[in-house]
Amino acid sequence: MTTARDLLVRGLLAGLLAGVAAFFVAYVVGEPSVSAAIALEDSAGGHSHGTDTGSAAAEDHDHGHAAGGHDHGTAGETEVPRSLQSTAGLATATIVAGVTLGGLIGVVSALGMGRFGRLGARGVPLLVAGLGFVAVYLVPFLTYPPNPPAVGSADTIGYRTELYFLLVAISVIAGVTAVLVGRRAAARWGAWYAAIVCGAAYVVVVGLASSLVPTYDEVPEGFPASVLYDFRLSSVLVQLTLWGVIGLVTAELAHRLAVRGRRSERTTALVDA
Amino acid sequence: MTDHRTPTAIAAPAPAPAAVTLKPVPLHQVLPWLAFAALLAFVAMYFVGAEQGATSLLNGTAVHEWTHDGRHLLGFPCH
Repeated sequence: MTTARDLLVRGLLAGLLAGVAAFFVAYVVGEPSVSAAIALEDSAGGHSHGTDTGSAAAEDHDHGHAAGGHDHGTAGETEVPRSLQSTAGLATATIVAGVTLGGLIGVVSALGMGRFGRLGARGVPLLVAGLGFVAVYLVPFLTYPPNPPAVGSADTIGYRTELYFLLVAISVIAGVTAVLVGRRAAARWGAWYAAIVCGAAYVVVVGLASSLVPTYDEVPEGFPASVLYDFRLSSVLVQLTLWGVIGLVTAELAHRLAVRGRRSERTTALVDA
Repeated sequence: MTDHRTPTAIAAPAPAPAAVTLKPVPLHQVLPWLAFAALLAFVAMYFVGAEQGATSLLNGTAVHEWTHDGRHLLGFPCH
Protein backbone atom coordinates (compact mmCIF):
# COMPACT_ATOMS: atom_id res chain seq x y z
CA MET A 1 0.00 0.00 0.00
CA THR A 2 1.13 3.54 -0.71
CA THR A 3 2.36 5.38 2.37
CA ALA A 4 3.08 9.03 3.17
CA ARG A 5 6.77 8.15 3.20
CA ASP A 6 6.65 6.81 -0.39
CA LEU A 7 5.19 10.06 -1.68
CA LEU A 8 7.42 12.27 0.48
CA VAL A 9 10.51 10.64 -1.06
CA ARG A 10 9.12 11.05 -4.59
CA GLY A 11 8.11 14.65 -3.91
CA LEU A 12 11.59 15.50 -2.59
CA LEU A 13 13.19 13.99 -5.69
CA ALA A 14 10.79 15.89 -7.95
CA GLY A 15 11.56 19.05 -5.97
CA LEU A 16 15.30 18.63 -6.48
CA LEU A 17 14.80 18.32 -10.25
CA ALA A 18 12.38 21.27 -10.21
CA GLY A 19 14.84 23.42 -8.24
CA VAL A 20 17.60 22.74 -10.77
CA ALA A 21 15.24 23.41 -13.70
CA ALA A 22 13.99 26.63 -12.06
CA PHE A 23 17.60 27.73 -11.58
CA PHE A 24 18.32 27.37 -15.30
CA VAL A 25 15.14 29.24 -16.23
CA ALA A 26 15.97 31.96 -13.70
CA TYR A 27 19.55 32.23 -14.90
CA VAL A 28 18.76 32.28 -18.61
CA VAL A 29 15.45 34.17 -18.64
CA GLY A 30 15.51 36.17 -15.41
CA GLU A 31 19.08 37.33 -14.88
CA PRO A 32 19.21 39.69 -17.92
CA SER A 33 16.40 41.81 -16.46
CA VAL A 34 17.96 41.72 -12.96
CA SER A 35 21.31 42.86 -14.40
CA ALA A 36 19.60 45.55 -16.48
CA ALA A 37 17.79 46.85 -13.38
CA ILE A 38 21.00 46.92 -11.33
CA ALA A 39 22.84 48.72 -14.16
CA LEU A 40 20.05 51.32 -14.25
CA GLU A 41 20.23 51.65 -10.47
CA ASP A 42 23.98 52.26 -10.63
CA SER A 43 23.88 54.64 -13.58
CA ALA A 44 21.20 56.70 -11.86
CA GLY A 45 23.97 57.67 -9.43
CA GLY A 46 23.40 57.71 -5.69
CA HIS A 47 19.65 57.47 -5.48
CA SER A 48 17.67 56.97 -2.33
CA HIS A 49 14.49 55.43 -3.72
CA GLY A 50 12.85 58.84 -3.70
CA THR A 51 12.82 59.00 0.08
CA ASP A 52 14.15 61.78 2.23
CA THR A 53 16.88 59.71 3.85
CA GLY A 54 19.35 62.31 2.67
CA SER A 55 22.53 62.34 0.64
CA ALA A 56 24.52 60.24 3.11
CA ALA A 57 22.41 57.23 2.36
CA ALA A 58 22.34 58.10 -1.30
CA GLU A 59 26.11 58.35 -1.54
CA ASP A 60 26.88 54.84 -0.41
CA HIS A 61 23.92 53.52 -2.33
CA ASP A 62 22.18 52.32 0.75
CA HIS A 63 18.78 50.71 0.73
CA GLY A 64 18.72 51.20 4.47
CA HIS A 65 16.27 48.48 5.45
CA ALA A 66 15.97 46.84 8.81
CA ALA A 67 18.94 44.56 8.36
CA GLY A 68 21.19 47.44 7.46
CA GLY A 69 21.99 48.59 3.99
CA HIS A 70 23.39 46.56 1.19
CA ASP A 71 24.36 47.37 -2.32
CA HIS A 72 24.45 45.20 -5.34
CA GLY A 73 28.17 44.71 -5.37
CA THR A 74 29.11 46.29 -8.65
CA ALA A 75 31.58 48.38 -6.69
CA GLY A 76 32.91 45.21 -5.07
CA GLU A 77 31.95 46.26 -1.57
CA THR A 78 29.48 43.50 -0.74
CA GLU A 79 30.08 40.30 1.18
CA VAL A 80 28.69 38.28 -1.71
CA PRO A 81 29.80 39.38 -5.20
CA ARG A 82 27.24 39.62 -8.01
CA SER A 83 28.88 36.72 -9.84
CA LEU A 84 27.97 34.44 -6.91
CA GLN A 85 24.53 35.97 -6.30
CA SER A 86 23.49 35.20 -9.87
CA THR A 87 24.84 31.61 -9.86
CA ALA A 88 25.42 29.69 -6.62
CA GLY A 89 23.19 32.00 -4.56
CA LEU A 90 20.37 31.79 -7.08
CA ALA A 91 20.73 28.01 -7.29
CA THR A 92 20.61 27.73 -3.48
CA ALA A 93 17.35 29.67 -3.37
CA THR A 94 15.61 27.72 -6.16
CA ILE A 95 16.81 24.30 -4.96
CA VAL A 96 15.90 24.94 -1.30
CA ALA A 97 12.49 26.18 -2.45
CA GLY A 98 12.11 23.21 -4.83
CA VAL A 99 13.05 20.46 -2.37
CA THR A 100 10.87 21.76 0.47
CA LEU A 101 7.89 22.49 -1.81
CA GLY A 102 8.35 19.09 -3.46
CA GLY A 103 8.30 17.29 -0.12
CA LEU A 104 5.20 19.20 0.94
CA ILE A 105 3.42 18.52 -2.36
CA GLY A 106 4.34 14.83 -2.05
CA VAL A 107 2.82 14.55 1.43
CA VAL A 108 -0.30 16.56 0.49
CA SER A 109 -0.66 14.25 -2.53
CA ALA A 110 -0.49 11.25 -0.18
CA LEU A 111 -3.34 12.85 1.73
CA GLY A 112 -5.31 13.38 -1.50
CA MET A 113 -4.86 9.88 -2.99
CA GLY A 114 -8.21 8.15 -3.26
CA ARG A 115 -9.99 11.15 -1.76
CA PHE A 116 -10.82 12.99 -4.99
CA GLY A 117 -13.37 10.76 -6.68
CA ARG A 118 -11.87 8.98 -9.65
CA LEU A 119 -8.80 11.20 -9.84
CA GLY A 120 -5.84 8.83 -10.21
CA ALA A 121 -2.25 8.65 -9.05
CA ARG A 122 -1.20 11.07 -11.79
CA GLY A 123 -4.12 13.43 -11.34
CA VAL A 124 -3.76 14.05 -7.59
CA PRO A 125 -0.17 15.46 -7.59
CA LEU A 126 -1.01 17.55 -10.66
CA LEU A 127 -4.08 18.96 -8.90
CA VAL A 128 -2.10 19.66 -5.71
CA ALA A 129 0.75 21.38 -7.58
CA GLY A 130 -1.66 23.35 -9.79
CA LEU A 131 -3.76 24.62 -6.89
CA GLY A 132 -0.57 25.30 -4.92
CA PHE A 133 0.86 27.44 -7.72
CA VAL A 134 -2.33 29.49 -7.89
CA ALA A 135 -2.85 29.88 -4.13
CA VAL A 136 0.75 30.33 -2.97
CA TYR A 137 2.20 32.35 -5.86
CA LEU A 138 -0.23 33.54 -8.53
CA VAL A 139 -2.89 35.17 -6.33
CA PRO A 140 -0.40 37.14 -4.16
CA PHE A 141 1.46 38.00 -7.40
CA LEU A 142 -1.65 39.70 -8.78
CA THR A 143 -1.80 42.06 -5.80
CA TYR A 144 1.89 42.58 -5.11
CA PRO A 145 3.81 41.75 -8.28
CA PRO A 146 7.53 41.20 -7.65
CA ASN A 147 9.94 44.03 -8.35
CA PRO A 148 13.46 44.00 -9.80
CA PRO A 149 16.29 45.75 -7.95
CA ALA A 150 15.93 49.56 -8.03
CA VAL A 151 12.14 49.32 -7.72
CA GLY A 152 10.50 49.60 -4.30
CA SER A 153 11.05 51.92 -1.37
CA ALA A 154 13.25 50.97 1.59
CA ASP A 155 10.74 52.70 3.87
CA THR A 156 7.92 50.31 3.04
CA ILE A 157 9.78 46.98 2.69
CA GLY A 158 8.64 45.93 6.18
CA TYR A 159 4.95 46.56 5.48
CA ARG A 160 5.12 45.10 1.98
CA THR A 161 6.75 41.90 3.24
CA GLU A 162 4.17 41.49 6.03
CA LEU A 163 1.28 42.17 3.65
CA TYR A 164 2.71 39.80 1.06
CA PHE A 165 2.91 36.94 3.56
CA LEU A 166 -0.54 37.89 4.91
CA LEU A 167 -1.97 37.54 1.40
CA VAL A 168 -0.21 34.19 0.95
CA ALA A 169 -1.74 33.03 4.26
CA ILE A 170 -5.26 34.25 3.37
CA SER A 171 -5.04 32.67 -0.08
CA VAL A 172 -3.77 29.32 1.23
CA ILE A 173 -6.34 29.14 4.05
CA ALA A 174 -9.16 30.12 1.66
CA GLY A 175 -7.90 27.59 -0.89
CA VAL A 176 -7.66 24.71 1.60
CA THR A 177 -11.14 25.58 2.94
CA ALA A 178 -12.53 25.66 -0.61
CA VAL A 179 -11.08 22.20 -1.32
CA LEU A 180 -12.38 20.70 1.95
CA VAL A 181 -15.86 22.18 1.50
CA GLY A 182 -15.74 21.26 -2.19
CA ARG A 183 -15.13 17.58 -1.41
CA ARG A 184 -18.28 17.51 0.74
CA ALA A 185 -20.28 19.46 -1.82
CA ALA A 186 -19.11 17.13 -4.59
CA ALA A 187 -20.87 14.21 -2.89
CA ARG A 188 -24.14 16.14 -3.13
CA TRP A 189 -23.93 18.23 -6.31
CA GLY A 190 -21.27 16.40 -8.30
CA ALA A 191 -17.65 17.45 -8.77
CA TRP A 192 -18.36 19.95 -11.59
CA TYR A 193 -20.83 22.18 -9.71
CA ALA A 194 -18.95 21.84 -6.42
CA ALA A 195 -15.73 22.98 -8.11
CA ILE A 196 -17.46 25.96 -9.74
CA VAL A 197 -19.16 27.14 -6.54
CA CYS A 198 -16.13 26.66 -4.27
CA GLY A 199 -13.78 28.11 -6.89
CA ALA A 200 -15.98 31.19 -7.15
CA ALA A 201 -16.11 31.53 -3.36
CA TYR A 202 -12.30 31.37 -3.26
CA VAL A 203 -12.03 34.07 -5.94
CA VAL A 204 -14.43 36.33 -3.99
CA VAL A 205 -12.46 35.91 -0.73
CA VAL A 206 -9.02 36.59 -2.25
CA GLY A 207 -10.47 39.38 -4.41
CA LEU A 208 -11.82 41.08 -1.28
CA ALA A 209 -8.52 40.63 0.56
CA SER A 210 -6.64 42.02 -2.41
CA SER A 211 -8.87 45.07 -2.63
CA LEU A 212 -8.54 45.81 1.10
CA VAL A 213 -4.73 45.84 1.40
CA PRO A 214 -2.93 49.11 0.54
CA THR A 215 -1.32 49.56 -2.86
CA TYR A 216 2.28 50.63 -3.35
CA ASP A 217 3.24 52.46 -6.50
CA GLU A 218 6.99 52.70 -6.18
CA VAL A 219 8.37 52.33 -9.68
CA PRO A 220 10.94 55.14 -10.05
CA GLU A 221 10.28 57.71 -12.73
CA GLY A 222 11.88 56.79 -16.03
CA PHE A 223 12.33 53.10 -15.13
CA PRO A 224 11.83 51.21 -18.44
CA ALA A 225 8.49 49.41 -18.55
CA SER A 226 10.02 46.68 -20.68
CA VAL A 227 12.58 45.76 -17.99
CA LEU A 228 9.81 45.67 -15.38
CA TYR A 229 7.67 43.49 -17.65
CA ASP A 230 10.54 41.14 -18.51
CA PHE A 231 11.41 40.75 -14.85
CA ARG A 232 7.85 39.99 -13.76
CA LEU A 233 7.29 37.60 -16.65
CA SER A 234 10.49 35.73 -15.83
CA SER A 235 9.41 35.51 -12.18
CA VAL A 236 6.18 33.81 -13.33
CA LEU A 237 8.19 31.45 -15.56
CA VAL A 238 10.54 30.53 -12.70
CA GLN A 239 7.65 29.70 -10.37
CA LEU A 240 5.74 27.91 -13.15
CA THR A 241 8.82 25.76 -13.77
CA LEU A 242 9.15 25.03 -10.06
CA TRP A 243 5.53 23.93 -9.48
CA GLY A 244 5.11 22.44 -12.96
CA VAL A 245 8.15 20.14 -12.77
CA ILE A 246 7.24 19.10 -9.21
CA GLY A 247 3.68 18.30 -10.33
CA LEU A 248 4.67 16.37 -13.46
CA VAL A 249 7.52 14.37 -11.90
CA THR A 250 5.58 13.54 -8.71
CA ALA A 251 2.62 12.50 -10.88
CA GLU A 252 4.74 10.14 -12.96
CA LEU A 253 6.53 8.63 -9.96
CA ALA A 254 3.25 8.25 -8.03
CA HIS A 255 1.70 6.52 -11.05
CA ARG A 256 4.57 4.04 -11.28
CA LEU A 257 4.26 3.42 -7.55
CA ALA A 258 0.51 2.74 -7.88
CA VAL A 259 1.00 0.40 -10.86
CA ARG A 260 3.69 -1.52 -9.01
CA GLY A 261 1.46 -1.73 -5.92
CA ARG A 262 -1.46 -3.04 -7.98
CA ARG A 263 0.71 -5.63 -9.71
CA SER A 264 2.12 -6.97 -6.44
CA GLU A 265 -1.40 -7.08 -4.96
CA ARG A 266 -2.60 -9.14 -7.90
CA THR A 267 0.35 -11.49 -7.53
CA THR A 268 -0.39 -11.96 -3.84
CA ALA A 269 -4.01 -12.69 -4.68
CA LEU A 270 -2.94 -15.36 -7.19
CA VAL A 271 -0.56 -16.93 -4.70
CA ASP A 272 -3.30 -16.96 -2.06
CA ALA A 273 -5.71 -18.60 -4.48
CA MET B 1 -19.11 6.85 -9.82
CA THR B 2 -19.91 3.74 -11.84
CA ASP B 3 -23.52 2.74 -12.01
CA HIS B 4 -23.78 -0.80 -10.72
CA ARG B 5 -27.49 -1.06 -11.46
CA THR B 6 -27.00 -1.55 -15.18
CA PRO B 7 -27.53 -5.18 -16.18
CA THR B 8 -24.22 -5.34 -18.05
CA ALA B 9 -22.36 -4.42 -14.88
CA ILE B 10 -24.00 -7.34 -13.09
CA ALA B 11 -23.48 -9.75 -15.94
CA ALA B 12 -19.80 -8.93 -16.52
CA PRO B 13 -17.88 -7.53 -13.54
CA ALA B 14 -15.27 -5.15 -14.99
CA PRO B 15 -11.70 -6.44 -14.63
CA ALA B 16 -10.39 -3.92 -12.06
CA PRO B 17 -10.91 -0.41 -13.51
CA ALA B 18 -7.54 1.29 -13.59
CA ALA B 19 -8.03 4.53 -11.68
CA VAL B 20 -10.52 3.58 -8.99
CA THR B 21 -8.23 1.24 -7.08
CA LEU B 22 -6.40 4.03 -5.15
CA LYS B 23 -6.76 3.37 -1.46
CA PRO B 24 -6.74 6.48 0.74
CA VAL B 25 -3.89 6.57 3.25
CA PRO B 26 -5.38 6.83 6.78
CA LEU B 27 -5.35 10.41 8.11
CA HIS B 28 -3.49 9.57 11.32
CA GLN B 29 -0.69 8.17 9.20
CA VAL B 30 -0.29 11.25 6.96
CA LEU B 31 -0.83 14.11 9.41
CA PRO B 32 2.55 13.93 11.28
CA TRP B 33 4.38 13.94 7.92
CA LEU B 34 2.21 16.83 6.76
CA ALA B 35 2.90 18.88 9.89
CA PHE B 36 6.65 18.32 9.58
CA ALA B 37 6.81 19.00 5.85
CA ALA B 38 4.71 22.16 6.19
CA LEU B 39 6.88 23.46 9.04
CA LEU B 40 10.08 22.75 7.12
CA ALA B 41 8.75 24.43 3.98
CA PHE B 42 7.70 27.46 6.03
CA VAL B 43 11.12 27.85 7.67
CA ALA B 44 12.94 27.34 4.36
CA MET B 45 10.72 29.89 2.61
CA TYR B 46 11.34 32.35 5.42
CA PHE B 47 15.11 32.11 4.99
CA VAL B 48 14.95 32.25 1.21
CA GLY B 49 12.28 34.93 1.09
CA ALA B 50 12.50 37.26 4.06
CA GLU B 51 15.47 36.80 6.45
CA GLN B 52 17.66 39.92 6.70
CA GLY B 53 15.11 41.83 4.69
CA ALA B 54 12.05 43.03 6.53
CA THR B 55 12.97 40.99 9.62
CA SER B 56 16.29 39.67 10.80
CA LEU B 57 17.15 36.76 13.08
CA LEU B 58 20.83 36.75 12.16
CA ASN B 59 23.16 39.74 12.04
CA GLY B 60 24.63 41.04 8.82
CA THR B 61 23.46 40.86 5.23
CA ALA B 62 25.07 37.62 4.02
CA VAL B 63 21.82 35.58 3.85
CA HIS B 64 20.07 38.45 2.07
CA GLU B 65 22.87 38.84 -0.43
CA TRP B 66 23.35 35.12 -1.03
CA THR B 67 19.65 34.56 -1.80
CA HIS B 68 19.24 38.02 -3.37
CA ASP B 69 18.55 37.06 -6.99
CA GLY B 70 16.45 34.07 -6.05
CA ARG B 71 14.42 36.21 -3.68
CA HIS B 72 13.67 38.71 -6.45
CA LEU B 73 12.91 36.09 -9.10
CA LEU B 74 10.82 33.88 -6.83
CA GLY B 75 8.61 36.90 -6.29
CA PHE B 76 9.28 37.91 -2.68
CA PRO B 77 9.44 41.61 -1.79
CA CYS B 78 13.17 42.31 -1.55
CA HIS B 79 13.79 46.06 -1.36
